[in-house]
Formats: sequence, structure tokens, C-alpha cells
Amino acid sequence: MELYNLSAYTLSRMLKRGEVSSKEITLSLLKRIDELDKKINAYITVEAQRAISMAEEADRRLKSGYLPSPLNGIPVAIKDNICTEGMRTTCGSMILKNYIPPYDATVVERLKRAGCVILGKTNLDEFGMGSSNENSAFGPARNPFNTDYVTGGSSGGSAAAVASGEAIIALGTDTGGSIRLPSAYCGVVGFKPTYGRVSRFGLISYASSLDQIGTITKDVRDCAMLLNIISGYDPLDSTSFNTDCPDFVSFLTGDIKGVKIGIPREYFVEGLDSRIEEKIQDAIELFKGLGAEIVDISLPHSKYAISTYYLIATAEASSNLARYDGVKFGYRAMENVSDILSMYEKTRAEGFGKEVKRRIMLGTYVLSAGYYDAYYLKALKVRRLIKEDFDRAFEKVDCLIAPVSPCLPFKIGEKMDDPIQMYLVDVYTVSVNLSGLPAVSIRCGEIEGFPVAFQLIGRAFDEGMLLRIADTYEREIKGNNYGI
Amino acid sequence: MEFETIICFETHVELDTRSKLFCTCPVMHDAPPNTNICPICTGHPGVLPVVNRKAVEYAIRAGLALNCRINPISRFARKNYFYPDLPKGYQISQYETPFCEDGYLEIETDNGPYPVGIKRIHLEEDAGKLIHSTDSFESSTYSLVDFNRASVPLLEIVNDHERNPIRSATEARTYLETLRQLLIHIGISRCIMEKGQMRCDVNISLKKRGEKGFGNRTEIKNMSSFKAIVDALNYEIERQRKIIIRGDIPKQETRLFDEKRRITVPMRTKEDAPDYRYFPDPDLVEIQIDEKLIEEIRSQMPELPQKRLIRLVDQYGISKDEAAIIIKERKITDFFEEAAKFCKDTKRLSRWIINELFRLLKENSLTITMSPITPRTFSQLIELLTNGEITDPIGKIVLEEMIKSGKDPFTIIREKELQPLEESNLVEIVREVLNKNRDIIRKIISGDPRPINFLVGQVMKSTGSKADPKEARKIIEELISKGPPKE
Repeated sequence: MELYNLSAYTLSRMLKRGEVSSKEITLSLLKRIDELDKKINAYITVEAQRAISMAEEADRRLKSGYLPSPLNGIPVAIKDNICTEGMRTTCGSMILKNYIPPYDATVVERLKRAGCVILGKTNLDEFGMGSSNENSAFGPARNPFNTDYVTGGSSGGSAAAVASGEAIIALGTDTGGSIRLPSAYCGVVGFKPTYGRVSRFGLISYASSLDQIGTITKDVRDCAMLLNIISGYDPLDSTSFNTDCPDFVSFLTGDIKGVKIGIPREYFVEGLDSRIEEKIQDAIELFKGLGAEIVDISLPHSKYAISTYYLIATAEASSNLARYDGVKFGYRAMENVSDILSMYEKTRAEGFGKEVKRRIMLGTYVLSAGYYDAYYLKALKVRRLIKEDFDRAFEKVDCLIAPVSPCLPFKIGEKMDDPIQMYLVDVYTVSVNLSGLPAVSIRCGEIEGFPVAFQLIGRAFDEGMLLRIADTYEREIKGNNYGI
Repeated sequence: MEFETIICFETHVELDTRSKLFCTCPVMHDAPPNTNICPICTGHPGVLPVVNRKAVEYAIRAGLALNCRINPISRFARKNYFYPDLPKGYQISQYETPFCEDGYLEIETDNGPYPVGIKRIHLEEDAGKLIHSTDSFESSTYSLVDFNRASVPLLEIVNDHERNPIRSATEARTYLETLRQLLIHIGISRCIMEKGQMRCDVNISLKKRGEKGFGNRTEIKNMSSFKAIVDALNYEIERQRKIIIRGDIPKQETRLFDEKRRITVPMRTKEDAPDYRYFPDPDLVEIQIDEKLIEEIRSQMPELPQKRLIRLVDQYGISKDEAAIIIKERKITDFFEEAAKFCKDTKRLSRWIINELFRLLKENSLTITMSPITPRTFSQLIELLTNGEITDPIGKIVLEEMIKSGKDPFTIIREKELQPLEESNLVEIVREVLNKNRDIIRKIISGDPRPINFLVGQVMKSTGSKADPKEARKIIEELISKGPPKE
């Protein structure tokens, strides 16, 4: 098996035993990227030289017997909305096409401290706004299972890179499903931690109260190992949670006897592809067989989730994206600019893509005088109701099982003219963000040559439970197919 | 027609914290442009704010000094607008839940004390500074931005237009002076207007006396001194009065004060007022302020100026007028009280501070903290004067030297040989003076006592003011009474 197809866990053991060097792993990936990425378009930026020298440093550390973490020497791909000092960070947008951050995001600093190799920056929907990765100024990432199809979004590049062997592990971000959806469409493990578990410092904000950095990996063990590195309190992020982080790997016991898994009935209704439902039913049966207790659950406010999400997310986005004005950094329109106002207008008209503009306009409207109460304030109230649904559910169960997407990956271009259809792809994922909960997307079969997944949703800060159940499932299924 | 005037200030004061409101950059005036900046205060993509605890404590301290209710839960909100000096495209401020609400500040008026209503006190960040290539944005071919000031903490103190508003330009001035003195006293701001550490916008409306409701208000911006504020208010009161008298209604609008012409000019009408789209900042969590913290801050609060004034009069026996001058600046008050520890005659101390020290500080363009005179050396001087060891004129010479060299009075007296004259020496000098002025002595002997002052002056002159003038007079009178000088 090629090095690029191995898991981080396997590679870390090989590194430790001296069977392979970090440089060899890195070169194997760089070669793979070189051969394949013209087709997949998973990366916006790859800095081979930087990666190789980081790998060499990791090898030197290994030789001297110093292991800063189990992932020393393992290459990581980073979604291009996470700041990397001295390395271009575009957010998939024209407006930041040449932006080079003067600082590292906290997660990047943690990865560096852990000895990881930064491979490059992965493709995404502009500012994380999209469900297909088609809203990227750098062209869509393509699904490794069929390159005419979407990867899902917005972390499409990270999911496609891990699925196609262009990355071992990757970071993504999840505002309304942006880790779980592309992970489902590309057949990899996508983990969205509890809001506040991972520092957002250095994550370029789309919707601050919903954004969360998470992991995209080939299996659950890699996921736990990567979570161990990126999680934890950060004094630079006031919304990060000041609590001890457990060793996430310790939850991988392979035993789920007596665990209570809830099935939210509102998630298995019309609109869900019945073939996907069948695959999830198979998984539920399997959990039963492993000793889990299955409980019927109601989340009555689910039907308001999409509208609530698009009010809150766009409101926050309209303010978060105000800083891209051409004054300080990023793109600035220079032609036919007569005064400051026309500079603002042209810079933003030319720098932002269609979907970003749509959401800025929507969000500006939502916060406007006279509409604030009817839209934004009401959305906040409904958000609370949605969260309370989950609170009640978690009095009865340890986690919930639900679909990730109502449909299979679709063809590139298929839904681009119908934003509402595109928004509905997120119908099962946004509630988790509105409630700040952890969730993981796990592959559970294949339909028409595409992977299908379910998600497990857990209590706040109970990532361990999700890892335990997901790992147990994975052990039962075995023999993952990581795409091409 | 009689009118009631309603004046409400929005006073911004820069808090005297070491670092900025949401990052660790230092707050420093007069630093070269863009040297105290970081990714956070310049709004780089991905950065997050973390609130400065000291700034929150100062806001609460102000709230307690201004008799406000401290809200148990406060939030920051974003005020959204585009301007090149605003790095994030929004200002982090407070909207629905400020730190402090519903207080008052008591001011002295001709009709006795009056508690001016305070509606709210909130914390917000300052913007950067624009430097245009010409004197206006519109005519400039380019403009430069200095972000040193971006995210410096500002406290906004807003008056209440319904509850005890300010009623005249005179009260407005007293309010601002009292407020400034208070804020300096409690140590949260230096309030130097020339440095923009205290800035005011003011809302003003008129209504016929006894009429219910409120007239349309104008907001006046761009005033950089108390004098400008008073001038703007007087101009605006007259302008609105004329409009109402001729039967019209003043427009609700924002006006700018024109420093050169001393008038207000229209800036924008109500219709053009921007929609700031305030909403709670999702990057910052609610701030909970419990009783324990409030008590802690209360216990650290310095004595408020009004209380301190009364104590100064009681404790040191100085007049209320003198105390009012001493208390104008906290540093002076502290200086006075420190020096008073070593002085028997505190009245003399206050007189010398007000009459002599202030004059010398002004002549040398110094503040009390910049000058090398310490409360200790100043009290030594006052003791020398009180004990009659030196004369007032010598005291003034010594003080001048103290401010120049920073030496203590004993050293100065020794080095400059300013010791008082021995009596025998003085008698000798008087004799010499009398010998040179025989004609005058004759006049005195013939019954005209007035020229004695001239002789005393001559003695002072020839002793370099070291003689005690009373002593000199006594000797002159004694010698003359012994008869006319021998030829």
C-alpha cells in the first residue's frame, strides 16, 4: 500500500519504529497531489518546500528521540479559511486572493507545536458559504468517486484530499454542516466538536456563533488523535471553553453495551432519499446487535432550523465581512474609483462572489432598523427552542443518529441556479450548529458508487461518547474504501 | 416667549489603561504612526477580541462615582458602518445592556446643588486617525490611516433628557468641569481635551416653558474645548429660539461646530442618519458583574472630590474658596495633603501653593508632577517661613531656585548665602543707609513719618532682601529717635 493511503495512526507507528521518515511520507503526498490534484482541485495552495523542510525538522526531532506528540511528522492539510503565518490564506475568495496572514491560527500553532507538517491549504466555498464547494473563486473541488460530482461543502477540499490520498488528515470548519456534509459525500470521517472546544482564533469568521473547527480523517482513531492536538481552552478566544480536555483516544473501547441512541423522528421524513434511510436503518440494527438501546425521540422545532440558520448566519456574516473594504489588506479596486465610497463599492462588487453577496445582503436586511425584531430577534428565540429540544432529548439518550444529507452527491452545476434547493441540503446539519453540539459523520455504505453516511449528535462536551460509538461501528464494518 | 433648554451630552473619555480594550497593544500618545498595532486592533481576518479587565473595572468605578446602577449582566454590541479609520467595518460598543445606568452628577448652580441625570455609561473602542493630504477628505488625493488609537478604550457617559437635564450653557460648562474633575480624581482618565482624551457631542432642544414633550433636537459635533462647547450651545440656543419665535420648528439634524466662524452648520438630517444595525457581538460573551466585584471596586475608589473638599476645609482650616482651587486637580490636592503632614501652618501652605507655586509652574510651563519640587521640599520651605527663619521675599527666591534646580531649600539658602542677617550686621547696614540719607531723616524728625518706608526699602535693597523689613523699620526708628545724625 502506498504511504499516502495509510492512516495517521499507522504512519506514526512506522515513524516511531524508523520504518519510514516524515520526508518520505511528505514526498509521497506531494507526488500524489502533483498527479491528481489537477482533477480533484482539493488544494488552493501547496507549499512543497515549506512542507519538506518541516518534515526534515520532524525527522531530526525523531532522531534525537524527542516526540512532541504522536502526530510528529504527519502531514496535515488545512482548510483555507484558517490563518497560516506567511502562507497565503484566501478563504476561497478573490478578495483575499493574495492575503498572507501575519499570524498563525491557534490550531495551526498547536499543530506546529505537535510536530505536524503543514502540507497546504484546501479548497472551500468562499468564506465557507455553500454546500457543494462550487462557490470557490478557485473552481470547485471534485468528488474523488466521480469528478463530475460535487464534494459537498464547504470543506470540500479537505474531504476530497483525505478521500483521494492527497492528505492523511485535514482540518475543516463547520458552520452549518461544512465538515459533515463533504465528509459524507467523500466517504471520510468528519468531526464537528462542541462550540467552544476548539479555539476559533485565526479562523476567518463566517458566522461567529456557529463556526467551529474540526477534523476530517480516514478513520475514528485518527480523528481522536487530531482532536487531542487541536482542542482546549485558548485565552485569545473569549468563546472557547475553559475546561479540561480528556484524552479522546481513551474513549475507543469498542464497547457500546447499554448506550442509548435516539432516533429523531423528524429527521426521517419525506425529502430523505429512501435508499439513504435504508442504509441508516442497517446501521441502527447493527448498533442494536452490539447492545445499544434504541429510543424514539422528537425534536419538534427541527422544521424551523433552516430558516433560523439562514437568518442568524447571514446577520453575523454581513458584519464579519465588513472588514474587506480594500483599505487595509486584500483586494482593492483601482480603476474608475473616484472617492472612498466608490472604492468600497467596486472592491466589494469585484472581490466577492455571488453567494457571498447574497448572504451579505440578506444579513444586512435582517439586522436593519424595523426588521431586527421580526427576523434576528425571533431567530434567536427559535434557536433557543431548537437547543431545548436537544436538551430534553439528552435527558433520555446518550446520542442521536440522523442522516447527514437528504440526497446523494449531485452533479456540479445541478443546483447552482436554485439557492433554496442548495440551502435544503443542510436540513439535517444546521440544528447541531444552532445548538453548539458535537457531531460526527460516519460512512455507512454506498449507493450508485457514492458513499452514504449517518451522523451521531452528542451532548455538549461529550465528544468521547461519539468517538466511542463511531469507533465501535467502524470496527464492525472494517475494510474502508477510501475512494480512488 | 419663555423657553426651556434641554441639553444632553454624550461625553467620551479615554480610559487611562496600559493596554487597549481588546488586545495587548500599549495605549500611548504621540507614538510614531502605526507602531502600537497588531493583527487584532487592525482587524485582520480571523482575529478575536478579548476584553481588558481593567477597562471594565474603570467603567464600574465611573458608574459608582456617578451614582449609577451597575447591571449584573452586560454585553458588547457591534455598531456597523464603513469608514477607513474603522478597521473591522464595525465598532465594538454597547447597546442594550451597558455596564451602568440611571445615575446622576451633582453640580453647583446659582440656585444650589442640582443632580444632572446620567442615562447610561458604556464602554467602547476608539477608531484610528485619518491624516488627509489636504485639510478635507473630499479634496485630498490621498489619506493616511494611523491605527495607534484603534481599539483604545473609551467610556461614553450619556445624559438623561427626561430626568434632570442640563438647562443652560452655564450649567453645561459646570457639568463638564465637575465631570472632568471627578473622572481625573477617581483615576480612570486624564481627560486632557487637547489630546482628545475627553470629547463631547451634545444634543440640544428648546421648548416653550411649561409645554409637554420635547422639541426637535439637534446634535452638535466637532467641539474641541469647553469654550467651543459653550459657544456652540449659545449659538444653537439662539438659532433655535429664533426659529420657534417665527413659528417654525427646528429640524432634527446633526450639525457641526465651525471653529473659525463660531457657528454651527448642518451636517446631516434625520433622514440621512445611518442605520448602525446594532447586534450583540457573538465574539464576546456576556460579562457578569457580581456584588463581590462591585464591593471590591468600591473599596478601591479614591475619595470623591465633593467629599474631599469638605474634609479639606475641616481638617486644614483653609477657606472653601481655597479648597475649591486646591481640589481642581487631583495631583495638586494630593501634593497639598502630603506637604500638610509636615507643616504647622496649613493656611500658609495653601496660600503659597495657590499664589506662588501655581504662578511659577505656569511661568515654566510645568505641571506639578513634572516639576522637581516634592511635597517634602515644599513643606520645608513653608516651615522656614512659618518659623521666621527666612522672609517672604527670600522664600520666593528660594522657591524659584527649587523649581529650576530641584534642590532643597536648606541647600539653596546655604549656597546662595541667603541666611538671615545677624542683628548687629543689620544695625550696621541701617547706619550706612541713614548716613547717605540725612535730608530724609530731617524730614522725618520734622514730623513727616512717610519717608520711613523709603528707608526700609533702601535697607532691603542693600541686604539683597535678606533683612526682615519689620526688624529694619524698628532699628531705623530707634536710631532716628536718638536724635539727628551728627555731621
